Amino acid sequence: MITLNHYLALGGLLFCIGLFGALAKKNAIGVLMGIELMLNAVNINLVAFNHYLEPARVVGQVFAIFVIVVAAAEVAVGLALVLNIYRRRLDSNVDDLNWLRW
Amino acid sequence: MIKYAWLIPVFPALAFPLIVFVTRKVRLLSALVAIAAIGASFVMATGVLGEVLLTGVTMDKPVEYATTWLGIPGLLKIEAGVLVDPLTAVMLLVVTLVALLVEIYSVGYMHGDPGFATFFGYLSLFSASMLGLVVANNYFMIFFFWELVGLCSYLLIGFYYHKSSAARAGLKAFVTNRVADFGFMLGFFFLFAAFGTFNFRELAAAIPSYQNTAFLTLAAVLVFIGPIGKSAQFPLHVWLPDAMEGPTPVSALIHAATMVAAGVYLLARAFVLFASLPGVMLVIAYVGGFTALFAATIAVTQRDIKRILAYSTVSQLGYMVMAMGVGSMTAGMFHLMTHAFFKALLFLGAGSVIHALEEQDIFRMGGLYKDMKVTASTFIIAALSLAGLPPLAGFWSKDEILAAAFGNGFTGLYILGTLVAFLTAFYMFRLIFVAFFGDRRAGLHAHESPLTMTGPLLVLAALSVVAGFVGAPFVSHGFSTFVYYGEPHHVAPNYGVMFLSVAVALAGIGLAWLLYGRPSDVPEKLAQRYRSIYTLLVNKYYIDEFYQWLFRRVALGLAEAFNWNDRHVVDGVFDGVGDVTRISGQKLRLLQTGNLQTYALVIFTAVVILALWMAAPVLGGVVQ
Amino acid sequence: MSFPILTAIMLAPVVGLLLILVIPEREQLTIKITAAAATSVSLVLAILAYVLYNKGQGGLQFLQDIPWVPAFGINYSVGVDGMSLPLVLLTAIVIFTGVFASWDMTKRVKEFFIFLLMLVTGVFGVFISRDLFFFYLFFEVAVIPMYLLIGIWGSTRKEYAAMKLTLYLLVGSAFALIGIIATFLYAAQHLGQATFDIQTLATVKYDLGFQKMAFFLMLIGFGVLVPIWPLHLWSPDGHVAAPTAVSMLHAGVLMKLGAYGLIRAGVFLFPEGARYWAPLIAVLCIVNVVYGAMIAMVQKDLKFVIGYSSVSHMGYVLLGIAALNTLSLNGAVAQMFAHGIMTALFFALVGNVYHKAHTREIARFGGLAHQMPRVAAGFLIGGLASLGLPGLNNYVAEFLIFMGSFTRDQALLGGLLSFRILSILAISGIVITATYILRVVKNTFFGPRKPEWDHLEDAHGVEMVPVVVLIATLLLFGLLPSLQIDVINSGITPIVAKIEAAKAIGGIF
Repeated sequence: MITLNHYLALGGLLFCIGLFGALAKKNAIGVLMGIELMLNAVNINLVAFNHYLEPARVVGQVFAIFVIVVAAAEVAVGLALVLNIYRRRLDSNVDDLNWLRW
Repeated sequence: MIKYAWLIPVFPALAFPLIVFVTRKVRLLSALVAIAAIGASFVMATGVLGEVLLTGVTMDKPVEYATTWLGIPGLLKIEAGVLVDPLTAVMLLVVTLVALLVEIYSVGYMHGDPGFATFFGYLSLFSASMLGLVVANNYFMIFFFWELVGLCSYLLIGFYYHKSSAARAGLKAFVTNRVADFGFMLGFFFLFAAFGTFNFRELAAAIPSYQNTAFLTLAAVLVFIGPIGKSAQFPLHVWLPDAMEGPTPVSALIHAATMVAAGVYLLARAFVLFASLPGVMLVIAYVGGFTALFAATIAVTQRDIKRILAYSTVSQLGYMVMAMGVGSMTAGMFHLMTHAFFKALLFLGAGSVIHALEEQDIFRMGGLYKDMKVTASTFIIAALSLAGLPPLAGFWSKDEILAAAFGNGFTGLYILGTLVAFLTAFYMFRLIFVAFFGDRRAGLHAHESPLTMTGPLLVLAALSVVAGFVGAPFVSHGFSTFVYYGEPHHVAPNYGVMFLSVAVALAGIGLAWLLYGRPSDVPEKLAQRYRSIYTLLVNKYYIDEFYQWLFRRVALGLAEAFNWNDRHVVDGVFDGVGDVTRISGQKLRLLQTGNLQTYALVIFTAVVILALWMAAPVLGGVVQ
Repeated sequence: MSFPILTAIMLAPVVGLLLILVIPEREQLTIKITAAAATSVSLVLAILAYVLYNKGQGGLQFLQDIPWVPAFGINYSVGVDGMSLPLVLLTAIVIFTGVFASWDMTKRVKEFFIFLLMLVTGVFGVFISRDLFFFYLFFEVAVIPMYLLIGIWGSTRKEYAAMKLTLYLLVGSAFALIGIIATFLYAAQHLGQATFDIQTLATVKYDLGFQKMAFFLMLIGFGVLVPIWPLHLWSPDGHVAAPTAVSMLHAGVLMKLGAYGLIRAGVFLFPEGARYWAPLIAVLCIVNVVYGAMIAMVQKDLKFVIGYSSVSHMGYVLLGIAALNTLSLNGAVAQMFAHGIMTALFFALVGNVYHKAHTREIARFGGLAHQMPRVAAGFLIGGLASLGLPGLNNYVAEFLIFMGSFTRDQALLGGLLSFRILSILAISGIVITATYILRVVKNTFFGPRKPEWDHLEDAHGVEMVPVVVLIATLLLFGLLPSLQIDVINSGITPIVAKIEAAKAIGGIF
C-alpha cells in the first residue's frame, strides 16, 4: 500500500537532488535543470496532499498546474539569459558569472 | 503753498528717472531738466517760507499733514507726511538754493565729462532725498531719506568709478555712515518701544512726561550716533575728507547743503529728546567741541585745497553740534545756514581753481588772484566770512554759538571755541596767501571760469555777506524769534564775546600773513622743530590707519577664521558622516562574491534553520 | 465651479514640459519659447490671483478639493492665503525670469527645460497645497530634478554639490516626514478620523510634550532647507555649482520652502512647541546673520559671496519666526519674497558675467562697469537691496523683522541675555552686509578699465528681461509696501492668534 509518506519521501528526495544540482552544478543549464527538479518535487507534494487529505477538491492539482506554467515561463527566461550570456562570453560556467558582485 | 510742500522733493525725484531713462543721450537737456526741477523746488520753498512768515506758523504751531504709507492695524502706522515749521522752511530754502546754484555751476564744471547727464540725474536724486528728509514728519521717514542721502553720496563720491581711490572713498563714506545709521536705527527703535510712534509731534508731546530716564538716555545717545556719522563728528569723521574724491560740485553740495547738514538738522528736529536729558546734551556739546578743535588742528597742516576745506567743514560742523549741545538750537541752525552759503562758495571756488589748473596742491599754485579775479575775490569773501569777521555772515552765527556757550555756563567750551576761531582764520588765510597771492608757479596757466561757474559764485558771495543779518543781535525780529526751541527769545549782543572773537580772527589772519604772506622758511623750521606733532597732524592723528588696521586685521581676520571653521569644522562633521557611511559600505561589500549559488546556499541554510526553529515546539524536544 | 486658477498655475509648466517632450532636440529656440510661454502663463495667472485675492476677507481662497485616498483622508486640496500667495507670485516671477536667464543654454537644452519645469511644478505644488501629504509629495517632486540639474548642467565640483544638496534635503525631509506622520496619527486618534488637512490638524489640541517633539522635528526638517546654521553648507556649495536658472530658483524659491514649511507646519500647528524652541532659533539665527555675512566678506568667487549672503539673509527670516509676533512674521514672509527676488537678480547677473568671462573670481575682475554698465547697475541695485536700502523691498521686510524682534522684550538664560540684545546683534548685520556687498561691487565693477575684458558684451536683448522684471518688482514693493504687507498680514493674523492663544511657557533657555 502506497501511503502519503511514500510520496512525501519521493518529493523530499527529488527536492534534495534538485537542490544539490542547483547549488553544485557549474553549468548554468544544469542549474536550471536542478531548479526544475525542485519545482517538480513541490508538485508531487501538492498533488499527494490533495489526493490524500482533500480528495473532494482539486486545489492541489490547480496549484501544481500553476507551478508548471510559472516554471515554463521561468525556464524560457532563464534559457534566454543563458543563451545570451553564452553568445557574449562563449561560456556558461556560473562561477565566471559574478557580475552581481559589488 | 504749505499745502503743496510735499511737491518740493517730488520735482527733483521725478527728474532723476526722467534723466536716466529718457534724456540721457541729450546732455544739455538733461542738465536743463535737473535745473528746472530744482528751480521749481526753490520757487516752492520760497513760497513756503513766505507763507510761514506771513501766516504765523511757528515752532509751536506747525502745519502737518500725512497719509499712511504702511500700516498694520493696531500695531504699526508708518506715515508719509509733511511737517512744516520755520525750521523746515529755512532748511528748504537753504537746500534748494545751494542745490540750484551747484547745478548751474556744474553745467560749466562738468562740461565735456562723459557722465554729464548721469551726474545731473544723481544730483537731482541727492537733492530730492535731502528735501524729503527735511519735510519728513517722523523718524521712519527721516531715516528713509537719510539712507537715500547716503546712497547718493556714495554714487557721487564714487562718480569717477574708473579711479580706484574714488571707488574706495565712496565705499568708505557709505560704510562709515552705515555704522552710524545702525545706532540711529536702534535709537528710534527704542523710542518706538517706549512710545509706540515715530511721529515727531506725538513724541514731543510724550517725551517730557516719560519717567524711565535710563531708557530714554540710551535712546537719545543712540539717535545721536546718527548725526555723528552723517555730520562727520569724531570718531566717524573719516569719510568726509575722502569724499572730495567726487567731482567738486558734489563736494560743495555734500559739505554745504545736503549730506552733512542732515545730521545737524536731525539734532534740531529731535531736540526735544535731547533737551530733556542734560547728560546727553553734555555728551553732544563735548563731542562737537572736540571735533571742532581736532579737525581745525589737522586743517592747519594739509596741502590739498579740498582737504583743507573738508577739515574746515568737520570743524564747523563741530561748532554746530556744540551749539546744539550747549542748548542753543537757534545758534546751531543759524550757523548751518550761513555755513551752507560760504562753504558752498569755498568749494565752488576751489572747483573753479581746479577746473583751471587741474591741480589741488596749494603749494603748487600761487598768484592766482591776478588771473582769476572773480574766483579769488569771492573765495576771499567766503574765507573772511568763515574766519568770522564782521559784518559778514559767519561772524554773526559763530558769535551766537560762542555767546550761547558762554552764556549757558560752558566756559571751557567757550575758550575752546575761541581757539578754534583762531585756528580757522589761520588755516584759511594760509590757504589764501599761498594759493592766491605770491608768485605764479611755473607750468600752470590759470584762466577765469565761464559765466555758468562764476555766476553762482557771485550769488553765493552776496549771500555770504548778507545772510548773517537775519540773525544779528541788532535785528529785533530775527532768526532767534523764528527758529527756536522752547520760547522765542531775543539774543542780547555780548560785546565782550564779539570783540574777543574778532580779535582772535584778526590774530589768525595776521599769523598766516607772517608765516605765509611772503616767502619765508619759518613754517619749514617750525615743522622741523616740532617734528612729532607735525607728523601726527599731517597724518590726521593716524585715525584712518587705525580703522584700516581694525578692518584688515581684526574684521577680516575674524572672517577668515569663520570661513576656515565653516569649511573645515562644520563641513568636516557633515562630510565625516558621509565618509563613515561610504567607508563602512566599502568594507561590507567584500562579503559579496557575486556567485548566485553561494547566495542560494546561504538562503537555503537560513530557511532550514528558521524552519527548525519555528517547528521546535511541535517536534517536541527533538532539536532541544 | 469657478476656474481652478491655482491648479492652472501649477499645471502650466506641466503642459509646457509635455510639449517640449515632443519637440525635437535641435529646435532649441522653439523649446525655449515654449518654456517661456508656459512660465509666462503661470506668471500672468499668479499676478491675477494676487490681484483678485480678497485681502479684507483673508483666509484661504481659490479653494479646490479632489479626494485622492479617502481612507487616509488624503485629498488633493489647494488654496492660498496671505502667506502663500506672495510666495506663489515669487515662484512665478523667478521661474519666468529664470527661463530668460538660461536663454544662452546650449547643452542638452530639451532635458534642461524639462527638468526645470518639473522642478517648478513641485515648488508651486508645495505653496498651494492645503494637504500635508501633498505638501510633502510636491516637495519631493522638487528635490529630484534639482539633483539632475546641478549634476549635469552645473560647474565647480558639480557632482559633489549635487549629492551634498540632495542628501541634506532628503535627510531633512525625512525628519519632517516623521513629524508629519506623528501629527497625522496623533490627530487621527483625537479627531476620530484620518486627515492630512492642515486647517483641521490645527484645530487639534496637541499636548505639550508632543508639541515640543513635533516642532523640533519640523525645525530640523525644514530648517535644513532654510538653511539654519549649522545645517547650511549645502546651500553655498549648491548655489555655486548650479546653472544660473537653477541657482535663481534654488536660492530664490527653494530656501523659502523651508521657512514656509516651518511657519505652516511648525508654528501654526504647534505654537507652544514654537515658543519653546524660539530662543534656540533666535540664537542660531544670529550665527546665520553675522557669521554668514562675515564669511561672505572673504569669499573669492562671486557666487560664493551670494551664496553666503543668502545664508545671512535667511537668518533674518529665522529671526522673524523666532520673535513670533505679528510684525516679525509679516517681515519674515516679506523677507522671503524680497530675498527671493533680490538673489535671483544677483544670480542672473553673475550668470551673465560667468557665461561671457568664464570665470567668477573677483580678483580677476575690476572695472567691469566700463564694459558692462547695465550689469554693473543691476548688480549695484541688487546690492543696495541686499544691504536694505529704503525704497527697495528688502528694507520694508528687514525693518518689520527688526521692529518685531526688537519690541519683543523677553529675558533668556535667566536674565543674562534678552531677546532684545539678540535682535540688536542681528541688526548689526546690516553694517557687515553693506561692507561686503559694496566691496564686491567695488572690486568687480569699479576701478580702472582692464583691456583683458574688452571683449565682454553688456547684457542686451532677452538677457535684460530678468534684470528689468526683478528690479521693477523690488521697486514696486519697496515704494508701495502696503500692496504686499496687507496681503501677508491677512495670512499672518490667524497664525498669531494661535500663538497668542497658546499658553505661555518658558523657552529652552
